Amino acid sequence: MEILGLFNYWVFAALLMIGFYALIARQNLFKKLLGLSIFQSAVFLLYITMAKVEGGTAPIILDPGAAEIFSNPLPQVLILTAIVVGISTTALGLAIVVRIREAYDTIEDDEIRRLDRPS
Amino acid sequence: MVVLFSLFLLSLLVITAIAIVRAENLFSAVMLSGIFSLLMAINFFVLDAADVALTEAAVGAGVATVLLLGALALIPNEERKRTRRSPVALVTVIAIVLAISYASFDQPRVGDPEAPVHQHVAPWYLEQTPELIDIPNVVTAVLGSFRGYDTLGEVYVVLTAGIGVLFLLSAGRTSLLPRRKEPSIASSLKDHLIPHVVGRVLIPFIVLFGLYVQFHGEYGPGGGFQAGAIIAAGIILYALLEGEGAALRVLPPRVLVGLAIGGALLYLAVGIVCMLLGGAFLDYSVLASDPVVGQQIGILVIELGVGLAVTGTLLSIFHAFAARDQ
Repeated sequence: MEILGLFNYWVFAALLMIGFYALIARQNLFKKLLGLSIFQSAVFLLYITMAKVEGGTAPIILDPGAAEIFSNPLPQVLILTAIVVGISTTALGLAIVVRIREAYDTIEDDEIRRLDRPS
Repeated sequence: MVVLFSLFLLSLLVITAIAIVRAENLFSAVMLSGIFSLLMAINFFVLDAADVALTEAAVGAGVATVLLLGALALIPNEERKRTRRSPVALVTVIAIVLAISYASFDQPRVGDPEAPVHQHVAPWYLEQTPELIDIPNVVTAVLGSFRGYDTLGEVYVVLTAGIGVLFLLSAGRTSLLPRRKEPSIASSLKDHLIPHVVGRVLIPFIVLFGLYVQFHGEYGPGGGFQAGAIIAAGIILYALLEGEGAALRVLPPRVLVGLAIGGALLYLAVGIVCMLLGGAFLDYSVLASDPVVGQQIGILVIELGVGLAVTGTLLSIFHAFAARDQ
């Protein structure tokens, strides 16, 4: 069972690289953005995994006297704001993709590069 | 039992992620990424991060899916068939997965109370929050007060991204958020009876829940970021059901931009008022004669600012996508 305590890190590694693969191997810009958000979610998962304490609960102290175990609030705060910032930057990326499509009539990376090449 | 459940959920995450990358139809990829976000939210919940789970569910599964669909309406839905594989990328990626997995054997086990991350400053926040701020939710306390500078920065990042989207999508137009006769995605649910009836019943409750999350954030999971995303999701649902025009009549573009900027300025104003009252920037203790009450007032007001800014920005972004001509 001890080894299962590392499973979260392996999932983090897998998700990180699945997202990264979409980013480097796929030509479609929209797909690249989806890959970037998977990459981002993997980092979120790593932080929240670090915050977990065995036998703990969410850091909401209803009775200050009671000896309860709480998970670490600091990584949670970082990720909470990062999620909202993430959606805003994804939206910015989507807007750029939409404008690229209007300018080049394609969102495939290699075709855009071919169009940009001086002939 | 819980261990098996979380193993199952984590494996589902990986499978969904692979499916997103493999899907050639971009519409399926967007739907799968909604499922991915929901699974991620459940995982966060299993890992005792209630606030983060709420945010991920509202933002990732709700608002993000709608924005992706909005953008998808303006670009081709099919990814071009791949002509060549890229073995170098695949080998690199697998090698890095193996390297990180190998490195993970030096990591503390998940939930280990002796892990370094739990030894440094975290106990201080858990001990001092009841004394200094006296609100139950430590996450809200850290977000609003201890790390108030950081949160202020995040709000301005969100606002800046929103302004960027509006400028990018309004190029060649006279106004930032123009009205359109036939909105592309914003009428997609209009002709379907069942979503229409069910949606109309749900909208008031979604907005009410958003307000609850906003003002109960000190006591339970919640706060301005989550509330803003939930309320925005409710109004986006209204726009999908009744048409974008109807939603814009309720909250005109001018009001939305006003909300976004007003919320961010409200946050900044709290910081400046603290300075005028003789404290440091965003040091709420000076807002009332009792420093603890001052902290609570400060957190309530800045959470309101965050909520307004997030609602306004997300809705402005949604309308900017919905109004863009093909």
